[in-house]
Amino acid sequence: MEKGSLGMGVTTNALVGDAASLTPGAEQEALLNQVTDELQDKGFVLANVDKLVNWARTGSLWPMTFGLACCAVEMIHSYCSRYDLDRFGVVPRPSPRQSDVIIVAGTLTNKMAPAFRKVYDQMAEPRYVISMGSCANAGGYYHYSYAVVRGCDRVVPVDIYVPGCPPTAEALIYGILQLQKKIKRTGMLWR
Amino acid sequence: MDLALQDLGDYIVGHLPDEVEDNEIKLGELILSAKADGVIKVLKFLRDDVNCRFKQLVDICGVDYPDRSPRFEVVYNLLSLAHNNRVRVKIRTDEETPVPTATGVFSAANWWEREAWDLYGIYFSEHPDLRRILTDYGFEGHPLRKDFPLTGYVELRYDDEQKRVVYEPVKLTQEYRDFDFLSPWEGVQRMLPGDEKAGDPDLDGEASETGGGEDDKDDAEDPDKKEDA
Repeated sequence: MEKGSLGMGVTTNALVGDAASLTPGAEQEALLNQVTDELQDKGFVLANVDKLVNWARTGSLWPMTFGLACCAVEMIHSYCSRYDLDRFGVVPRPSPRQSDVIIVAGTLTNKMAPAFRKVYDQMAEPRYVISMGSCANAGGYYHYSYAVVRGCDRVVPVDIYVPGCPPTAEALIYGILQLQKKIKRTGMLWR
Repeated sequence: MDLALQDLGDYIVGHLPDEVEDNEIKLGELILSAKADGVIKVLKFLRDDVNCRFKQLVDICGVDYPDRSPRFEVVYNLLSLAHNNRVRVKIRTDEETPVPTATGVFSAANWWEREAWDLYGIYFSEHPDLRRILTDYGFEGHPLRKDFPLTGYVELRYDDEQKRVVYEPVKLTQEYRDFDFLSPWEGVQRMLPGDEKAGDPDLDGEASETGGGEDDKDDAEDPDKKEDA
């Protein structure tokens, strides 16, 4: 029997990953039906593990709450009922051990930097960083200050920069969606 | 209102002639200038006297006048809820002279004095816990002094080999540029940056005399201006 053929219970198309990336419609319907049939027929489905994992990762990006300044207000807006980030599986966590992403929302001062690095180090891999607003991106208004880190990328590696002062809640959500895309594109089981 | 305030000022000076040097009313607010070593007596009197009862210490702050000697001022803002009154007590000091702590009179003074120590380097004698309060741990210098550079001396980054944040001397890719040519406290500059090639307006004939005259005048006024600020 040929490897990957239906007879082996293997579907070469990554079912889960593609179902997530397809828009609702006939194509997705057909794919989902195929999966359901296979499940009923054989009792198991085989899929591409990387894509399954990426689907799981992008679907439940739990951010560490790290509001440092006024950007935090916009971040809170995006969590709350009007924008409702929970729709994307994004739920703020109070513990770095439980979070996948840290949103640096506000001015990172010299005094805060070691604490921020410690929180980042405590997060489990894979971990991502969203730098939100001018201050976190490059110091912004406080670029020339004696007390402010000129961009949080001096302390941790940053995945997504969200510009703005402060960025709107929509902008942050757009940033989170960009991070999801990035994870889908580059995410692997092993980093 | 001003009359009542003036009466209060005279009353305070009458009771503390050795400690309070001067009282004046500016913008409807009473300001007492006191001697640094008598400030505790003044604050105690203001807190306890029946006609004062300034029971709340709203704020202590430092001010740096680099042209004056002694250069620092310490300002105590007091509030009397009983009489719906406010008063401001000012004393003067420098880098070396300690100011007696007011924590014995107002417990709120503790952190305010730590702040003044942190940002200006004003030393408060017999303060129970005179540590820095706002700046980074191990910070050097007093950032609100006028001779402290805006960007400071050190900057910070994470070192991947040492696995910790390290401090390095400041290295800016672009120097700080000030585009506020009409700053209300620095005054209009005669030559705008970028106009150097057009020549100094002072060197053109008549303009030189009047311009030079203005220049001297500006210098003479400078300390006053800074005092206002």
